Amino acid sequence: MRIALFVTCVNDAAFPSAGIATVRLLERLGCQVDFPPAQTCCGQPQYNTGYRKATEPLVHRMAEAFDGYDHIVAPSGSCAAMVRDNYPRMGRRAAAEGRGEALNRAAEALVPRMYELTEFLVDVLGRTEVGAYFPHSVTYHPSCHGLRLLRLGDRPHRLLEAVEGLELRELPNAEECCGFGGTFAVKNADVSTAMGIDKVKSAVGTGAEVLCGADNSCLMHLGGILRRHDQPQRPLHLAEILAATREEPLDPYVPDPYVPAEPTRTPRADTRPDQPPRSSTA
Amino acid sequence: MSAPSETFLGFPAFPEAAHDAVRDRELRRTMRHATHTIRDKRARAVAELADWDELRTAGAQLKERTLRHLPHYLEQLEEAVTRAGGTVHWAADAAEANRIVAELVRETGEQEVVKVKSMATQEIGLNEALAAEDITAYETDLAELIVQLGRDRPSHILVPAIHRDRRQIQEIFRERMADWGRTAPENLTDDPVQLAEAARLHLREKFLNARVAVSGANFMIAETGTMVVVESEGNGRMCLTLPDTLITVAGIEKVVPTWRDLEVFLQTLPRSSTAERMNPYTSTWTGTTDGDGPRAFHLVLLDNGRTDTLADQVGRQALRCIRCSACLNVCPVYERTGGHAYGSVYPGPIGAVLTPQLHGIQSEVGASLPYASSLCGACYDVCPVAIDIPEVLVHLRERIAEQGGKGHRLEKAAVNAAGWVLNHPRALEVGERLASLTRRLQPKRLPGPGAAQWTRSRDLPELPARSFRAWWKENR
Ligand code: SF4
Repeated sequence: MRIALFVTCVNDAAFPSAGIATVRLLERLGCQVDFPPAQTCCGQPQYNTGYRKATEPLVHRMAEAFDGYDHIVAPSGSCAAMVRDNYPRMGRRAAAEGRGEALNRAAEALVPRMYELTEFLVDVLGRTEVGAYFPHSVTYHPSCHGLRLLRLGDRPHRLLEAVEGLELRELPNAEECCGFGGTFAVKNADVSTAMGIDKVKSAVGTGAEVLCGADNSCLMHLGGILRRHDQPQRPLHLAEILAATREEPLDPYVPDPYVPAEPTRTPRADTRPDQPPRSSTA
Repeated sequence: MSAPSETFLGFPAFPEAAHDAVRDRELRRTMRHATHTIRDKRARAVAELADWDELRTAGAQLKERTLRHLPHYLEQLEEAVTRAGGTVHWAADAAEANRIVAELVRETGEQEVVKVKSMATQEIGLNEALAAEDITAYETDLAELIVQLGRDRPSHILVPAIHRDRRQIQEIFRERMADWGRTAPENLTDDPVQLAEAARLHLREKFLNARVAVSGANFMIAETGTMVVVESEGNGRMCLTLPDTLITVAGIEKVVPTWRDLEVFLQTLPRSSTAERMNPYTSTWTGTTDGDGPRAFHLVLLDNGRTDTLADQVGRQALRCIRCSACLNVCPVYERTGGHAYGSVYPGPIGAVLTPQLHGIQSEVGASLPYASSLCGACYDVCPVAIDIPEVLVHLRERIAEQGGKGHRLEKAAVNAAGWVLNHPRALEVGERLASLTRRLQPKRLPGPGAAQWTRSRDLPELPARSFRAWWKENR
């Protein structure tokens, strides 16, 4: 079984620990993982902003980079969903526009082999217990694309529940979007932030030490809000929790990428669409 | 003469309107409560039906097939309506529709009409157009009445006054009812029962005096020429039966081929909109009947951008919409901004795909609406006719990007530059290394449009010491 890691561009450049954790986890479970260096980005940000044709070369790049592997595993629900949901759509559009079947073929070559991490663990490897150890309280935010496009269902919960020492706390209104939404986060920053603050309030309200997710782009947005409001809750990718063991434990309190180089300033009143989340720790 | 209010005149683009809306605490509280209540109820009502998915698919397919053969069904409808004693008028746009209705009312010699709640007449700005001809239109739906008395804009498809709480409604009734007819009772409180009773008394006078009514239609049945109106309050039933003349204005996409097709929609519409198993009133009428109901019936079939929408292979699915408003109630963006921020009578997710298609992407409002979504997909999930709203949003973004204009030229250059780097992994690697090396120098808040929008409310993560790519090279 030849397994390729599609680390995704966000993880590659900004959150390598999620990629490293995925490699360690899969290797611990007996998989041989490869990282084809020709991979870059699935093209989701460009596509969702309206640049479909500019995204097409990346579909071909993905197909070539991952050619020959049995399974492609991505520690990101939204990038896996981009490939599975939008690549075929792009292929159909290109064909309908009289531009041939090449894009369709590239999409078809990728779709059946593309897995989000929890799908791969539960459906392909048949594992919910992965030998992880993480003695902390955790709440899980199921990002929209994992929830509604991939229909990951309770896979992440089953994996987390099986982690030794982990206490899973229910996130209220879990199915609600966190407000990241790619370029939405900057094009409609006010609404995006208002949504993020509500999500962070729910998460902080659980009293959990860790806010876990399977999409680092959402966690970057939520983590940015947590930091801005000096909340100690730590955003953490699911792969990092599953990679942690008794032998190689993960301390959620060690400095993480969100620790600012300088102390955060209190935001000006007009930058806050709503109350900071600190009130909801009670 | 007031211009048709296709998009609210003078309204700012979505991000600016939303800026103020998300800071309005009272609005946020009202909207959160209202949307969550109906959202949860709908979920329970839908969960009761074991065959919901089949009904949803059937609804989508019925509408798709009808749209594909729209000219055929419209001609069949015209024939049937005429045969039953009605008159059919065709209106290419809002101005023509308004002209036709005003003329029809003038012919009756009346200066007042009562109205059943209708999105089509909102869309064309009929009340304003009639006012310009000295004809007063009285809204008889409770929420619509609140909007009219409050000289307000609707903010929801089904509950146009959803942004008002009962204290505000009490105030509006007390201060404004007298201007429009029967005064509000002396000691009116904000008790919902009292408020409804005040509205009932106020409206009863209107029904009993009205000689002309204007309605919309939820469905038009082609085989028999029958109009269908689905409602909860009974005001519609009054308007549709008491007056002498009935004028119905409906979008051409409201046609369904046969009575049987209602089987699907009369199950999915009430559960999706009010979370009821069945709506309290379903009125159907076919032309005119001697000694029973209106003696004259006119149907104004409205295009107003619909044929253009139909020509767009991806965008046309928006015409399946049965205006249930489930997508509004579940939308996290709509919940936080309310409906006014969308600058149009169609707010929320369906508004974001319908308004730019019906009225063009040239206006600032029209060009901003397709971006008013995080693409979370909740709207698609609940839509009873399976309109893939995120797909249409992205498609419209493509059309807007192609059109160019404000901000999009720079964006295109950035996308092309990124595209080059992403197609050259070696360049990407160098870029990542540079970013890591200089990470301590990078400020937490960045200048420039996009970056500043991020860092005004959120910290940026500190970049890692090395990229995953670099780690892999060293360790595997
Ligand atoms: S788009 Fe779908 S969910 Fe939204 S109002 Fe129309 S029918 Fe209802």
